[in-house]
Amino acid sequence: MTLRAERWLQLAFVVPAALYLVFFFGYPIVQNGVMSFQEFTTRTFFTGEAPWVGWYNYVEVISSPGFGRVMLNTAIFTVVSIVAQFVIGLALAVFFRRRFPLSGVVRSLLLLPWLIPLIVSSAIWRWMLDKDSGVINQVLSGLTGSDVSIGWLTDVNIALPAVILVNVWLGIPFNMTILYSGLQDIPEELYEAAALDGATGWRAFWAITWPMLRPVTGVVVLLGVVYTLKALDIILGLTGGGPAGSTETLATEAYRLSFGQFDFGAGAAVGNILIVISLIFAVLYLRANRKAVDE
Amino acid sequence: MSSAGLIGASRGWRRPVDAAVGILILAVLLFPVYWMVNVSLQPGGRAVGTPWFPLNPDIGGYVQALEEQGANLITSIIVSLGSVVFSLAVAAPAAYALAKFRSRWLTGLLFAILVSQMVPGIVVANALYSMYNQLGLLNSVVGLIIADSSAGIPFGILVMRAFMMNIPQSIVEAARVDGAGIIRTFWSIVLPVSRNALITAAMFTFLFTWGDFLFALTLTTTADVRPVTLGLYSYLGSYVNDWSAVMATAVLASIPAIAMLVAAQKFIAAGATGGAVK
Repeated sequence: MTLRAERWLQLAFVVPAALYLVFFFGYPIVQNGVMSFQEFTTRTFFTGEAPWVGWYNYVEVISSPGFGRVMLNTAIFTVVSIVAQFVIGLALAVFFRRRFPLSGVVRSLLLLPWLIPLIVSSAIWRWMLDKDSGVINQVLSGLTGSDVSIGWLTDVNIALPAVILVNVWLGIPFNMTILYSGLQDIPEELYEAAALDGATGWRAFWAITWPMLRPVTGVVVLLGVVYTLKALDIILGLTGGGPAGSTETLATEAYRLSFGQFDFGAGAAVGNILIVISLIFAVLYLRANRKAVDE
Repeated sequence: MSSAGLIGASRGWRRPVDAAVGILILAVLLFPVYWMVNVSLQPGGRAVGTPWFPLNPDIGGYVQALEEQGANLITSIIVSLGSVVFSLAVAAPAAYALAKFRSRWLTGLLFAILVSQMVPGIVVANALYSMYNQLGLLNSVVGLIIADSSAGIPFGILVMRAFMMNIPQSIVEAARVDGAGIIRTFWSIVLPVSRNALITAAMFTFLFTWGDFLFALTLTTTADVRPVTLGLYSYLGSYVNDWSAVMATAVLASIPAIAMLVAAQKFIAAGATGGAVK
């Protein structure tokens, strides 16, 4: 076979994947960009017309009374989820680094919440957090000796913390697993050397574990931000964005506008805002990484 | 006594304590899963607090779940298996190319795959809805299979590429010297050697598609093609008075995850870290 023919054959290996990426990631991004400048509603499907409206969708979305709340919710949901998942995940990863009987089995069983469908988790938690017969209130009543009936998912002030709690629970296994594998790559000799110098426990953690873990930390946090920003299933399953918009985030807002009100143009505009925010974090991450390499 | 001896002595009491703490952590974090199973086995229609243990297990919830969600479970199985086949067929050759061929284009492709992880599902769904509407793919099994593969294909490429990069070049070259073409080498040497990576990719693709909710929610409008995740969600949409059937459905929807965790632990562990880009 000639070298030229071989080159073409090599190309054939990536063509299906490249086409898939074009149609299922490239096209949606472009189409979303276009739609966000159009009046794209259910009528469009019948008439084929999507009048150009310029920045109207963006103005409409951003100036709507609930938008500030949506942005704030998204920020709180993302930041608190990431910090809590990371801290708990790291604590568990460090804990499981001590080898003890059953540690391997326990560690892999902890992955279960990450593997079951998100909508299953929302269904479970929805019942556990039920105001009248949920087990959480049942336990709290037992512990306090009084009749606790907190409306975890129905009280406007508590719903967001409750959704965050569930999201943290979901994210712990992923954080723990990646951080654990990062810990495995830190040579044991470093700790032995540090121990000779009297650095153990917390001091060893800050002197060795934390700096050595930095690259993994970066990846975990970036992936966490990207995944949390776009989290939709869990919120739809738990509260549907309610009560009174108290758990509405950019992702649920985009869904609500497109598939609740069939205003696809406005939904696309919110989706684009979401993409821009994700991109900002990715760029910040890449720059921070380059800086770290330069240093 | 040497310092090593001291550490050894202190480990003596520490190990059982650590194990106890580990099991306590497990019990707390997996309590929701236990609760799902417990509620699913309780007799339905209970108004007051749920008992802690299913001492008198009642399979009424499961009977109702299978009656109402049986067809949806079958849809989920078909879509998930279809997505596994489609994803592997697309991802495996690309993974090999990215691992072993040299080209500027390939670097671009790898970058595109990484960026694709950042695209929110709702953005994809928003655009796909109108495309599917025109192509007549709404409410179709094929449409769901292809859309759901948007999780499995990038993941599969990354996992399989990482594995294939470690295939010794000598094995590939030996086949080439024997006269095997590039396709034959891939099919009869690379794929069999990469068996474990293929299994990991297949299992996770199955789990991703099985757990998909967003595309099921947005790309189907009738009950004809409805995966079990959407069936479960439709329970949540209305006022629920019998949680045992809902939780029985949740248990049934969790079977693939539980089965894989029990039967194929090493592949799950490989996938969990393999997905995080190296």
